Amino acid sequence: MNPAPSVIVFTVLSGLGFGLLAFLGLGFPAPSGWIAFLHWGLGYALAIIGLLASTLHLGHPERALKAFSQWQTSWLSREAWTSVAALILLSPVALSDWLGLGWPRLTGTIGAALCVLTVFTTSMIYAQLKTVPRWNHWSTPPLFLSFALAGGAVLAGQAWIGLYAMIGLACVMAWTFLDGEHRFARRGQTTGTATGLGQIGTVTVFEQPHTSPNYLMREMIHVVGRNHVAKLRPIALVLATVIPALCLLGAATTSDPAIALPLFVLAALSHLIGAGTQRWLFFAQAEHVVGLYYGKR
Amino acid sequence: MTQLPTHTQKKLGLVIDLDTCVGCQACVTACKGWNDQGQGQVGGLSDTDPYGAAPSGAFLNRVHTYQVQPEGAPAQTIAFPRSCLHCEDAPCVTVCPTGASYKRSQDGIVLVNESACIGCGLCAWACPYGAREMDPTAHVMKKCTLCVDRIYNENLPEEDREPACVRTCPTGARHFGDFADPDSNVSKLTKSRGGYDLMPDLGTKPANKYLPPRKKDEPVEASPLSALLDIQATGFAGWLDKVLGKF
Repeated sequence: MNPAPSVIVFTVLSGLGFGLLAFLGLGFPAPSGWIAFLHWGLGYALAIIGLLASTLHLGHPERALKAFSQWQTSWLSREAWTSVAALILLSPVALSDWLGLGWPRLTGTIGAALCVLTVFTTSMIYAQLKTVPRWNHWSTPPLFLSFALAGGAVLAGQAWIGLYAMIGLACVMAWTFLDGEHRFARRGQTTGTATGLGQIGTVTVFEQPHTSPNYLMREMIHVVGRNHVAKLRPIALVLATVIPALCLLGAATTSDPAIALPLFVLAALSHLIGAGTQRWLFFAQAEHVVGLYYGKR
Repeated sequence: MTQLPTHTQKKLGLVIDLDTCVGCQACVTACKGWNDQGQGQVGGLSDTDPYGAAPSGAFLNRVHTYQVQPEGAPAQTIAFPRSCLHCEDAPCVTVCPTGASYKRSQDGIVLVNESACIGCGLCAWACPYGAREMDPTAHVMKKCTLCVDRIYNENLPEEDREPACVRTCPTGARHFGDFADPDSNVSKLTKSRGGYDLMPDLGTKPANKYLPPRKKDEPVEASPLSALLDIQATGFAGWLDKVLGKF
């Protein structure tokens, strides 16, 4: 699939943002004053920038409000609802933290649950697609959720939770990299099943239906970037999990905030770049069955 | 709107005969010609750089060509038209966030309401058959309408009230009809010729069926010209043949 920058920015930033907002909603940490303003502001900014980036992917962003209408069947529509509901429900808690109003935190807990649900709905947009075997797997929601948990914990300054989450994320990432390789073949779809001509013999493309690439080929058959996969995977794994985990270990074992804060910042930046790399691979490596008609993957 | 109808009164669709299709691309051209007028259900089908170095554009029908190598028999070349199959469980419909994509309960045709389409492309991702293409200038999704603006159009002569691709096919490889009616032309053809679904494992339950190429004759072992190979040379050539054969 085409790794469009808008979709990468959307899934990475909104995942991070909703992860942080979930921690803040639960009161880990519960900042006050201008620190609270900046901390909540970071969460809101990441979530909203992510959601705005997703509208750049649209042919008609001015009609985006229509996307709220089909929540009964569409995961994209459900994501629109849960994200807006989370942002609205968390706003009194954010306001209360900032201005020291002491309002009850109940909506914070519900808002945190909605943040998790938002990340889950994002993952289901991809996991539901039977046409992309690499995504159409139970591990896709855990992958997105562990990114939100680990990244959110770093931004929320939760060293121990973040450390454990990073270890979990590293395992999920490594396993999806390895297992993902076999998922297309496991489904058994070939040019023979796509055309039904496999019952006669071995099917190969004799002539393409058109000379220039079309929308399908540009969108679903992205072969250009797959050359560097072997190098990008360890880079993604190290930047997204190993370096942040080491930073978090340092931050967890020091009592000096002057040491801990730069470690958290370094962990966050490293994780952000690593998450972006992983997301690029998530799209670039995904193979759509329509490629079979073109004899390509 | 993106909830699929539990039952459709008719199941309109196409039967495509891979035995008779010669890959002439007439259906591709007729489809483009009917739908790029921008006056019917499809609000135009645009191209970019049509006469330049890198022409590209949206089409609702594509004709592939495959080589099929059976075991112990000569290879076959098979032309393979590909367009929307108007699936009963159309995944392109349920993923649509705006309700722009829908399946009609009266005849099962899957359509796009272009004025509600946000151009997110998710329906094209959900379709296994590559039936949907984004219009490069209108930025909304385009797909086969089964020529819904022809088949019910009383302004057209009756023989033209079928999809443009079917009407134009010079070899009669495309058939249009109602699969819900067991006595329809398409139901009978599917039954008698073993019409099949594409990628049935994906659970889309396509309406359109493909008829497999008929079995070829057994290849003849000896050449039809073999009788001519056993020619006895006479005269000078015969003498030369005899003399040279001795050495």
